Amino acid sequence: MNKEREITDKPVEQDPPDHLGADLLRKGLAEDPDYRGEHPEPRFFITDETEDDFGGRMMTLNLGPQHPATHGTLRVILKVRGEKIIAADTEIGFLHTGFEKLAEHMSYQQWVTVTDRMNYMSAMNNNVGYAIACEQLLGVEVPRRAQVIRVILSEFSRLADHIVCNGLAGMDVGAFSLMLWAFERREKVYDLMEAVTGTRLTTSYTRIGGVFRDLPEDFEEMAKSLVEEFRRFLEEMRSMTLGNRIFEDRMRGVGVIRGEDAVNWGITGPILRASGVAYDVRKAMPYSGYERYDFEIPTQEDGDSYARFVQRLAECEQSLDIICQALDDLPDGPILSEDKKISLPEKDEVHQNIESLIHHFKQIMFGHGILPERGREVYSATESPNGELGYYMVSDGEMNSYKTRVRPPSIFHFAVLPQLIEGSMISDAIAVLGTLNVIAGELDR
Amino acid sequence: MGLEKLLGDNIITTSVNSLASWARKNALWPMPFGTACCAIEMMATLSGRFDMARFGAEVIRFSPRQADLMIVSGRISIKMMPVLLKIYEQMPEPKWVISMGACASSGGVFDTYTLVQGVDQFLPVHCYIPGCPPRPESLLDALMKIQAIIGEEGERDEKEEMEIAAQLEKPASAERETTEPPLPGGS
Amino acid sequence: MRTTLTPEQITERLAKRFAEGVAAHLPPGEGSSQLAIVGRDLLLDVLSFLKSNPELSFDFLMDVTAIDHLHFEDPAIGERFVTVYQLYSTTHNHRFTLKTPVPEDDAQVPSAVELWGSALWAEREAHDMYGIRFEGNPDLRRLLMPEDFPGFPLRKDYPLRGRGERDAFPQYLDSGPVSRQAAGASAEDAPEGPGNGEGDGE
Ligand code: SF4
Repeated sequence: MNKEREITDKPVEQDPPDHLGADLLRKGLAEDPDYRGEHPEPRFFITDETEDDFGGRMMTLNLGPQHPATHGTLRVILKVRGEKIIAADTEIGFLHTGFEKLAEHMSYQQWVTVTDRMNYMSAMNNNVGYAIACEQLLGVEVPRRAQVIRVILSEFSRLADHIVCNGLAGMDVGAFSLMLWAFERREKVYDLMEAVTGTRLTTSYTRIGGVFRDLPEDFEEMAKSLVEEFRRFLEEMRSMTLGNRIFEDRMRGVGVIRGEDAVNWGITGPILRASGVAYDVRKAMPYSGYERYDFEIPTQEDGDSYARFVQRLAECEQSLDIICQALDDLPDGPILSEDKKISLPEKDEVHQNIESLIHHFKQIMFGHGILPERGREVYSATESPNGELGYYMVSDGEMNSYKTRVRPPSIFHFAVLPQLIEGSMISDAIAVLGTLNVIAGELDR
Repeated sequence: MGLEKLLGDNIITTSVNSLASWARKNALWPMPFGTACCAIEMMATLSGRFDMARFGAEVIRFSPRQADLMIVSGRISIKMMPVLLKIYEQMPEPKWVISMGACASSGGVFDTYTLVQGVDQFLPVHCYIPGCPPRPESLLDALMKIQAIIGEEGERDEKEEMEIAAQLEKPASAERETTEPPLPGGS
Repeated sequence: MRTTLTPEQITERLAKRFAEGVAAHLPPGEGSSQLAIVGRDLLLDVLSFLKSNPELSFDFLMDVTAIDHLHFEDPAIGERFVTVYQLYSTTHNHRFTLKTPVPEDDAQVPSAVELWGSALWAEREAHDMYGIRFEGNPDLRRLLMPEDFPGFPLRKDYPLRGRGERDAFPQYLDSGPVSRQAAGASAEDAPEGPGNGEGDGE
């Protein structure tokens, strides 16, 4: 049985098409007489007339939106014959919250809190990405210390995200203790986050021009011991899964994404690198001083679920290296930009000093706040654990942005799911979904 | 009662209602309806460090038909609300609902076009947890509150039943008084 | 060979190839990067040029979105809507932004699905949020909103709190939850005021 054929649903003799997805979709949709072309007619890929080669009976199976294996509110509609998936369709939007609309009604600083709630597995990376976009919009310089703090914390956040993703992927294929271990280690990251930011999950730590408060005194010690613990843990995770017969059988060869397809589909992050394309925003267009650190972009060849699992582990190692280097050259100095028009003054000063009071007032009162130039716009990309997280912002010179668009990596990853699972078994679909790490909050916004 | 004396120290007598509610409250089977960030904290509560199993609620049921406690954690959009209702309807009675987090309880900061402003518009909620997200400790606290509610319900039911029984008994005893003359003898 | 070009150089190359068809536009402020504005009749040509020209070779379409210029008129655009394309090249490591104005009364643009698969869902979302039709996109169902949702939420004339959709649930409940044929409402007969008939005052 040829995997290629299963995944692409194409005869093997044929040359691989330029744009796999476009071709498939043309075939699947445009020639369908039922297709009405536009909303609001409900329509599914799968109609009851879908033919079955063997004349067997088909069943429609609903995976989600409330299903333990989807890790979120996703809905996958499967057309199955026995255990085999004949066709699949997806539906999202069950967690649509209107973040982008809200951004047009909140001030720039206020929206930092909302970014946490997008990818709640790694809130810090969202905070940092948004703060960087705003800083570009305003043309603000961030002090070095704040940059290094951001790097350290977002790498810790990335670690937590990756191991939880791997743990859940392990749970989906039967390695339950992997998930319990991962959660235990993530609690440790939460402890660190709590010591720094005051909250466990929704950090809201960055401010435009810097960070909200300085690190606690014993931070370095905590971070270093956590790094050590993580090194041990990664070794444990590796020894438990890699080379394990059951694990490999479940993960190898399922959900194969080839490099060029991944690029065509806009897939970024660990999934793209697991398909052999070495694109990482941290290296390609460094931000927050990533160019100062010595790290590599690991890649894998196979592009299957197993490769994605290994890729996440490999990236964890790199994150640990970055953290160690950043901890070693953590400079002293301010943590917030000196520009009084952008950063809020200290509370003490507000009470004692008329100038600070004025600055405070001007930033908080409606109609003032941070005002970028009218007509200015920026697209800023950062590397979140899931891939390229882009913020596209347009200002009309008011205190809230005219347009804020988040480019969530998950949405492009989830779009390929039907193609990855069509023709495979239901249990493979679960193994694929687990390693795609689709976070509903980020997907639906 | 004299019964205990007969049965010895190892046996306690109780009413069926208190027994049932005691059993229920110490073996809750939660149905985690987790959608967003709060669900992550719910998962943290279930896993090692906080360990909801200590309160007898570790049997997570993803099938609503086997659950009696629904934990609504996370934002509920207008697209999700019908699903939530369907699942709630499928849970067998008696059932309890915890609304976890600001979003599920009131919409939180997301006063937008797509978010349901509090699930209590549609479901009876027994316990609200404030916070965004609430800490695992608060979820445990809510669980204990639900246990208290269940316990009270059992006691109340028991009291009600006693009253009903008393009312049923009264006419019967009154009848007896009128129809049966007191036993002769003794005087 | 990797030769990273600046946005200015890219617009130069576009101008050389398409002459007047492509207008360069520099947003105000220091450090802004130049972008190009192209009419929708030329859009596909420009995009495929950007993708196939070996000096440019934009193999990633990172994002497609739209802006509603209702309250903030941009003289460079001149129409109500504009679609925005974010491109990236892994070969040369450069980025570029392209915009296409879309008039309100005829809100449609050609779809880029033929060139990049990533356009499929990105355009679908832009369609869902702004009501812009992407001609040639094979799957223009709503992405995030329910299929029977009236209105396009990210348009500037749509209120933040909606037009009462979030309270109008009895219509769902009557015909059973998750029912799709619920409200036969389409974008045209959307209620204007808050509340939605039977949903009011519930
Ligand atoms: S209450 Fe806060 S943490 Fe919970 S779902 Fe809402 S936004 Fe997320």
